[in-house]
Amino acid sequence: MKQIVSREPFALLAFAVVILTMPLWLTPLGANYPDLLQKFAIFAIFAMGFNILFGLTGYLSFGHAAFLGVGSYAAVWSFKLFTMNVLPAIAFGMAFSGLFALLIGYVSLRRSGIYFSILTLAFAQMCYNLAYSVLTPITNGETGLQLTLQDPRIIDRIFVEPGPGLPETNLFGIDMSGYPGFYFCAVVLIICFFITRRIFKSPFGLTLRGIKSNQGRMGYTGYSTRPYTLAAFVISGMFAGLAGSLLAVTDPLAGAERLQWTASGEVVLMTILGGVGTLIGPMLGAWIIKYFENIFSSFNKSTLSEIFSFLPENLQAFAVDISSLFVGEGWHLTLGLLFMLVVIFLPGGVMEGWRRLVKRFSGGGGGSPESAPVPQAAE
Amino acid sequence: MKNSVLHVTDVHKSFGGLQALSDVDLNVEEGTTHAIIGPNGAGKSTLLNVCVGRLKPDHGHVVFNGEVLDEHTPDEINQLGVSRVFQTPEIFPDLTLLENVLIPAFASRDGSFSLRPFSKLRKETEIRDRAEQALADVGLAALKDREAAALSRGDKRRLELAMCLIQQPKLLLLDEPTAGMSRHDTNRTVDLLKTIKARGMTKVIIEHDMHVVFSLADKISVLAQGKIIASGTPDEIKGNPKVQEAYLGGAH
Repeated sequence: MKQIVSREPFALLAFAVVILTMPLWLTPLGANYPDLLQKFAIFAIFAMGFNILFGLTGYLSFGHAAFLGVGSYAAVWSFKLFTMNVLPAIAFGMAFSGLFALLIGYVSLRRSGIYFSILTLAFAQMCYNLAYSVLTPITNGETGLQLTLQDPRIIDRIFVEPGPGLPETNLFGIDMSGYPGFYFCAVVLIICFFITRRIFKSPFGLTLRGIKSNQGRMGYTGYSTRPYTLAAFVISGMFAGLAGSLLAVTDPLAGAERLQWTASGEVVLMTILGGVGTLIGPMLGAWIIKYFENIFSSFNKSTLSEIFSFLPENLQAFAVDISSLFVGEGWHLTLGLLFMLVVIFLPGGVMEGWRRLVKRFSGGGGGSPESAPVPQAAE
Repeated sequence: MKNSVLHVTDVHKSFGGLQALSDVDLNVEEGTTHAIIGPNGAGKSTLLNVCVGRLKPDHGHVVFNGEVLDEHTPDEINQLGVSRVFQTPEIFPDLTLLENVLIPAFASRDGSFSLRPFSKLRKETEIRDRAEQALADVGLAALKDREAAALSRGDKRRLELAMCLIQQPKLLLLDEPTAGMSRHDTNRTVDLLKTIKARGMTKVIIEHDMHVVFSLADKISVLAQGKIIASGTPDEIKGNPKVQEAYLGGAH
């Protein structure tokens, strides 16, 4: 058997370089401010984790926002009760979301297909409604869970005198706002990429893909599939919890809207837009959606008039009126159109577009026409 | 007299008003190839479905090596050493041929759940070698990186056979393993099945092609309208007037 040199270190190094230099190469796109960069990293983690479940096993969860929200609440409680250090907050976020995923997954995975989706959606909406009603002592209802001056923060009090204002989240003294916050999220993203890549290339990943391809056959092949799907569900829930706790790290408050079904739907869009079952597709999808959200929603009529100022006055007014439908509050319309275009013309998402381009430019399709896309092609 | 490994006793199965199996008794001896023949709709596939846990019998039992199969789920039955080739190939269409064979190769044989999220497929050279050998055995080695959905029906059947053989089952159930194959491929499959027989694997085979049946089977049971109407060696079956009437009728 021929010995193949492991490509892992190269893939990892390339990925790390791309992520850590994001502030540089995103400058021309006007997206190099820390707030947005943090979101890029965090939602990339969320989508990557979601893809471990949806992309590998084919189980479409419509309730992943619940784990995002649980991660956020757990992290903020860790800030309130123990310390402003971010590591315990992340650990709490992941532990609690993992626990939730275990419970919800245990029940939901008894069904597959649309019934599974509906069950997860029901659980997530239940969490959302509970956060607003019964659980207000824990979630602080509509106001959202925030830091206050009266928080005990027992571990911090042992080491430092509390300052006059609200403390900042930190990693052993380094403030986690602005660029340091981004770099922290970026490092976590790189670790998550490593873990995801390993799962994709492991026997476990192969088992999950087998479940997606023909779950019945898995039974006659000697696999009891439930433990595997449950493991994928919990791992993916913990990724979501990690993303949620990172949201709290960069901005220490948690609101119930994070649990709402729209947030669950968003991660589905990200994954499909980027390419279901590919390694980096979901991350690209997350970036595209977050970019549109931040850039297009910030356009208003005056910026549009400026853009169209080269037109005669009547035409300019007309162009501004039409295009203003698609920006500002209307950015969802742009996103919707983009999503429709992708699903109709590139069902495999951005990654499929990329593969087609590569094929076209590598000598008119060097590979055999049947060499259909394989999930790991995303490297 | 050899040990009998598979006992089917008094199995009944009906779908609504249709009596698919009634009072079926079958004994399969260790290391033999037992063919089940019969006209379409006789209940042959239903009988195999009962054996692998896809269907539960209404009445009666299937016992394999002392284990009552109808009390187990399909994955547990496979763990006991029963593998099956289906009438319509059950493969993993989205995966490559090699991956199709790797999945059964990785299925742990002690029934335990092993996650192994961090071991690398690439590094599992021993299992990969076995998988490639299994593909070579059925003549599909050249296509190992091809997606399984692109295969012809006959090739899918051979792939499924490789997926079963790599598990080295104690009992192999074959539901029309040569249907949809060319004469050449049929002969190759028959040769392959003869090789396996030399390894002492017990087989139950459903087949319409009498050439295949008579070149492989040690014993033949004839199923008609849900009942076993005859059982015996190929020569006994050939000479049985009831069988000729029910099944071979037109041929003689």
